[in-house]
Amino acid sequence: MTANMDGTAVAVRGLRKSYGEKVVLDGVDLTVAEGTTLALLGPNGAGKTTMVQILSTLIRADEGDMRVAGRDVRAEPDAVRAAIGVTGQFSAVDKLLTGEENLLLMADLHHLGRREGRRRAAELLERLDLVEAGRKAATTYSGGMQRRLDLAMTLVGEPRVIFLDEPTTGLDPRSRRGLWQIIRELVAGGVTIFLTTQYLEEADQLADRIALLDQGRLVAEGTPDELKRRIPGGHVSLRFTDPTELDLAARTLGLTGGDEETLVLQVPHDGGVHSLRALLARLDDASIEVETLTVHTPDLDDVFLALTDKKQANEKMEAVR
Amino acid sequence: MSTLSYALADSATMVRRQIKHMRRYPSMTLQLVGLPVVFLLLFVYVFGGTLGNGLGAGPGGRGEYLDYVTPGILLMAVAAVSMGTAISVSMDMTEGIVARFRTMAIARMSVLTGHVIGAMLQTYLAVAVVLGVALAIGFRPNASVVEWVAAAGVLGMLAFALTWLTVATGLVAKTVESASNLPQPLVFLPFLGSGFVPTDSMPVGLRWFAEYQPFTPIIETLRGLLLGTGIGNSWIAAVAWSAGIALVSYLWAKRLYNRQA
Repeated sequence: MTANMDGTAVAVRGLRKSYGEKVVLDGVDLTVAEGTTLALLGPNGAGKTTMVQILSTLIRADEGDMRVAGRDVRAEPDAVRAAIGVTGQFSAVDKLLTGEENLLLMADLHHLGRREGRRRAAELLERLDLVEAGRKAATTYSGGMQRRLDLAMTLVGEPRVIFLDEPTTGLDPRSRRGLWQIIRELVAGGVTIFLTTQYLEEADQLADRIALLDQGRLVAEGTPDELKRRIPGGHVSLRFTDPTELDLAARTLGLTGGDEETLVLQVPHDGGVHSLRALLARLDDASIEVETLTVHTPDLDDVFLALTDKKQANEKMEAVR
Repeated sequence: MSTLSYALADSATMVRRQIKHMRRYPSMTLQLVGLPVVFLLLFVYVFGGTLGNGLGAGPGGRGEYLDYVTPGILLMAVAAVSMGTAISVSMDMTEGIVARFRTMAIARMSVLTGHVIGAMLQTYLAVAVVLGVALAIGFRPNASVVEWVAAAGVLGMLAFALTWLTVATGLVAKTVESASNLPQPLVFLPFLGSGFVPTDSMPVGLRWFAEYQPFTPIIETLRGLLLGTGIGNSWIAAVAWSAGIALVSYLWAKRLYNRQA
């Protein structure tokens, strides 16, 4: 199967989906290379979950060509199902069964045979730190444990492509980091990860490439660094104690547009230590008193807000007219 | 393995899952079995003396009423278990585990067949308990081995039909609560038939309904097999109703399960 993937684990062309009048996905093109992690990032209601549901054969697209693990999602859904694993937003574990029984259930459904099933269940309980909880009913599990069990169940079938729909939503920071580590190990083992998330930090931590989905369209795609470069660079915010100082500083640095009310002046800046020292030296030479200073380097938050807000802002303008 | 043997293996896996659920949480099964037992004791000991005298033929009294009412109570047991099926199907649908099954390369309907076969096992368990209680308090059937087997077959057919029906209601229900309410009428259907009193003692409109509703011919067939009363053509209607309900419900359930947004 790997052979006919041509190095591409997920290929989407012209994907459209609407529910009645509401357009959820409006012509999405996307490819994910084998053995890499793609983070599909977007605000609530952007269409992330719908996209995962379509690619994992849960629901049908209205239009578009979708191939997952080299197989056509519409024509050969069972071949796709055999190659993928899905861990959704809502835990898909059998809460009445124990963790171990859940894994053995998956092993049976993959027709692994008793011995192999037991071996893999034991290995996954160990790997996802569920050994002690393995014989307890999943109802008693914490949110993080249920999520780990959910992922363990997905891994029983050794999928080549794994869809993770907001895998860490609602988890505490420690559980989140634990899950990130597991995801990194999976990628190191050659698995392709299609991840959706609302957390920019998560995308920055895990993804090789990030696709930004907003209102059913991809508004940007690239590596985290490429995306960060697309928005205006960093700056230093200087706050002063009175307007005269602010004014003086602005003139010294050859800038206009200090904020008279907050007494803040934003100076474009690349975040380097040398240029920061130089900036402070210039202010010192002019005997300007700076109250506080903050250095702001661009992060994905800026990208996210810049790219998703622009459109909403435009729409608001149109609505006003 | 061929497609068929995979389908069988997957269904067997799902049946094992249902049996594990039952063993881990026996309170649900107890509750479902308890209902018909309570009705049996209530009707025999509270109403039985008087109702038995009204049956007409025979010596009358409590003993005769016990014989009369037991087949109806057995049907009630079948209906009660199928109610539980609606609840467990609906729980599966709302818990997200079914979404997982749907993204796996398994025999698609195996989830539902697991529920149906699990419920059939539960039904026979419930029927055995109810029958045991009835025998203990003096129920005296005169059925031969063949008639017992036929009676088990009749109950099995009904259980199969009602379980597919409640699988469908479990799928159509938006919440677990409504899934538990939708099939309630099934449990009370034996009352509006020949389960508790002969239909000719009822007023005209009700009597018409009682004679033509599906439970009446099934009760009459069962009564005939266990007690040697006349079956007549009831068995044909019993088979036809069971097969019809099973087929329509199966198609409905399949459609609901495969429905894609």
